[in-house]
Amino acid sequence: MQILRPRDLDGALDALAAHPDASLLAGGTDLMVEVNLEHRRPETVIALRRVGELAEWRDGFIGATVTYARMERERLPALAELARTVGSPQIRAAGTLGGNLGTASPAGDALPFLAALDAQVVLASAEGRRRLPWDEFLLGPGHTALRPGELVLGVELPDTVPARQAFAKIGVRQAMVIATVNCCVVRHDDGATRVAMGAVGPTVLRAREAEALVAGVAEPSPQLLDEFQRLVSKEVQPITDHRSTAEYRRHAAGVLARRTLERCLHR
Amino acid sequence: MIITLTVNGQPRTAEIAGWESLLWVLRERLGLPGAKDACLQGECGSCSVVLDGELVCSCLVMAADAEGARVTTAEGLGTIEQPHPVQQAFVDHGAVQCGYCTPGLVVAVAHLLERHPDASDDDLREALSGNLCRCTGYGSVLRAVAALRKEQA
Ligand SMILES: Cc1cc2nc3c(=O)[nH]c(=O)nc-3n(C[C@H](O)[C@H](O)[C@H](O)COP(=O)(O)OP(=O)(O)OC[C@H]3O[C@@H](n4cnc5c(N)ncnc54)[C@H](O)[C@@H]3O)c2cc1C
Ligand code: FES
Ligand code: FES
Repeated sequence: MQILRPRDLDGALDALAAHPDASLLAGGTDLMVEVNLEHRRPETVIALRRVGELAEWRDGFIGATVTYARMERERLPALAELARTVGSPQIRAAGTLGGNLGTASPAGDALPFLAALDAQVVLASAEGRRRLPWDEFLLGPGHTALRPGELVLGVELPDTVPARQAFAKIGVRQAMVIATVNCCVVRHDDGATRVAMGAVGPTVLRAREAEALVAGVAEPSPQLLDEFQRLVSKEVQPITDHRSTAEYRRHAAGVLARRTLERCLHR
Repeated sequence: MIITLTVNGQPRTAEIAGWESLLWVLRERLGLPGAKDACLQGECGSCSVVLDGELVCSCLVMAADAEGARVTTAEGLGTIEQPHPVQQAFVDHGAVQCGYCTPGLVVAVAHLLERHPDASDDDLREALSGNLCRCTGYGSVLRAVAALRKEQA
């Protein structure tokens, strides 16, 4: 195995241009599990933790190597909430946003936040940069639009990020658990509502019929919320796996989305 | 491949083979068996160390990426003759049974108290959510830390 440890973005992009099929290493909390289990034995690794540009967080942009520990401390309520549910303090100190995107697990906890905000994923290679909407980047379980020679630079958030946003997750216990269902709801000032659901489809998905139902309704009635819950349950595409059944996930998705919406409306 | 890093304040050099974790290098190449090798999946925390100021699972750190890093393990906290206050409190309050989780717990507790000397029991529970202990039920660990807090107040 060969490792390259670039010290800046240009160095990282040069390294990638020379080794387009290298494995990128950020916090290692996904990659090293696979290495330890001998599922992955990359010939070339490009380690990203020394690349300062990737750790940047400025207005509307969050760099790929920003860790969950950092997200917990910043002022985006749903992002802080989701970060707090990831793994343990040890995992949150190491695990990054870019790693969550790179792994592209259907249950990735950062992904509903990006989907609810219609974030763009910024990709960079030695050739230049491109931006993809989240749903053109995340293509399926473990499958993204990342090309050889490219890395995720970070994500771009829209100009207005509403303060009314909330994240919630259901798992078998409180700590150290991969989501059975997770959910992020964002409510814009004009009443537009975005509902993103994770672990209930091949990638995170948006419950657009449910969104439309509550759009602009200031105080949804219990009947409307019942209908909202029903639509979310209808729109998700869960499967049965070792963590849960499709049936439970379908039910839980509706309940979770409804509660998260209610929390969001009262913020 | 050769890496150099600072472990418990000492500059160290290790000849490593590809893909090795920092945990493996500490235990098998640097003679520091404090950090324990259990799940190798980040689930149990028995391999916890402080790496450049952050508490991490050393099983998930690629050793080749630890070049130049500063690492603290349980061995670096104190010695048998001069234990770290957290180590002493664990001894005094029987917060050790089989001991497998102990080096990781001690490193995690010391790291928490360094940053938040007035951490509450709830903070402590949260901070230790990634350190599994199958024996103590954590009661004695909480008592050890409570006593330490009182002592140092
Ligand atoms: C014990 C444990 C608990 C966990 N709990 C959770 C949880 O609750 N919720 C959750 O969502 N996840 C969880 N995870 C998974 C993991 O922590 C997250 O997916 C994390 O975001 C991965 O980030 P990383 O920096 O560690 O990624 P790495 O392991 O470094 O990389 C992961 C993948 O992304 C690629 N990659 C990394 N950076 C980039 C980049 N900049 N551009 C392109 N590709 C890149 C890598 O090549 C690799 O394929 C857990 C993992 C463990 C071990
Ligand atoms: S051995 Fe590292 S977390 Fe279990
Ligand atoms: S003392 Fe045995 S696992 Fe904690």
